[in-house]
Amino acid sequence: MDKVQDNRAWFLIIPVFLIVAFSAVIPLMTVVNYSVQEIFGPGQTFFVGTEWFEAVLTDERLHDALVRQIIYSLAVLAIEIPLGILIALGMPGGRSAKTSLTLVLLALPLLIPFNVVGTIWQIFGRGDIGLLGATFRAIGVDYNYTNNSLDAWLTVLVMDVWHWTSLVALLCYAGLQSIPPAFYQAAKIDGASKWAVFRYIQLPKMRGVLIIAVLLRFMDSFMIYTEPFVLTGGGPGNSTTFLSQYLTQMAVGQFDIGKAAAFSIVYFLIVLLFSFIFYTVITNSGSGEKK
Amino acid sequence: MDMGWMAWTAPTAIFFVCIALMLAGMTVWEVLSPTVEAKGFLPMRTTRGDRLFIGLLGSAFIHLGWLAATDVSLWGASAVSLLWVAFVIRFG
Repeated sequence: MDKVQDNRAWFLIIPVFLIVAFSAVIPLMTVVNYSVQEIFGPGQTFFVGTEWFEAVLTDERLHDALVRQIIYSLAVLAIEIPLGILIALGMPGGRSAKTSLTLVLLALPLLIPFNVVGTIWQIFGRGDIGLLGATFRAIGVDYNYTNNSLDAWLTVLVMDVWHWTSLVALLCYAGLQSIPPAFYQAAKIDGASKWAVFRYIQLPKMRGVLIIAVLLRFMDSFMIYTEPFVLTGGGPGNSTTFLSQYLTQMAVGQFDIGKAAAFSIVYFLIVLLFSFIFYTVITNSGSGEKK
Repeated sequence: MDMGWMAWTAPTAIFFVCIALMLAGMTVWEVLSPTVEAKGFLPMRTTRGDRLFIGLLGSAFIHLGWLAATDVSLWGASAVSLLWVAFVIRFG
């Protein structure tokens, strides 16, 4: 019997289509329009072609911020993903008070607003009143995130790990809980080692959630703004000025809308490229084994 | 409706019309002849839409690279991009 094609379901995507159009597509189109113009005010625009793109592509400060940003995001992924998996593997399973307590404790950092996280770490790291800073001072470590670039950099990194590793752990935990007990029983009968169980059962079953975790953490860390802005203000010097902070300085501080729009498009394309590469690599990483 | 706030210019309007036509064309092509995942020179299996996306993303970077590296007219980058998109869609 021939199947009847019913296209009415397409109407169901209209709300999503409208939301995405108004929240993403139309603003993005406006940014593209701005990027080829000098904007003096509403209605006072002059076409400048690709001038802003040329200015952005030859901007040394932007190159530095981009390199800083890539190193930072890769460091975030290199620490948070393995750490999140380890925490998820160590978490108690089943329904018990211990499980609930662990889940609540892990969720706590995720509930704190970004600017509060920055403030917490700003105080935490201070040598005079902060627990971390004062402890370092007491044991003789010369730590000062306000005037040492490496200290500032490491503090921003550790702050992100503290804030977001829970998300990776919770996602991995959800992935682990979805594995049927029969898989573990079969592995036990075969005498599989802990590593073999992880490599051939747990890791492949976590692939879906790991894709989400890697993409979310990459995109979030690549767009980080609030926490380093509150903690270090981008300093000392420009050592913790990431792309979004530099972009904000350009758009809001200098009101250089055209150049900031060109910068935004380059920024968007870089995020799109990296996300596409990560997504493709992760979704195809298991396909070779199936063959 | 006043669209002045979007600060439209003729070149950007033409650009978006081209993108919209491309998407509409791909939709018609898909309805007439549904795509099949294929493996070409790209390291993964791709649909026609995947290859268009890769082609367009590559084109954006070709234009940016061209702007950064040379003073030659940007039409050169557009010509290279056209070849790149055609190559990816056919052999990707």
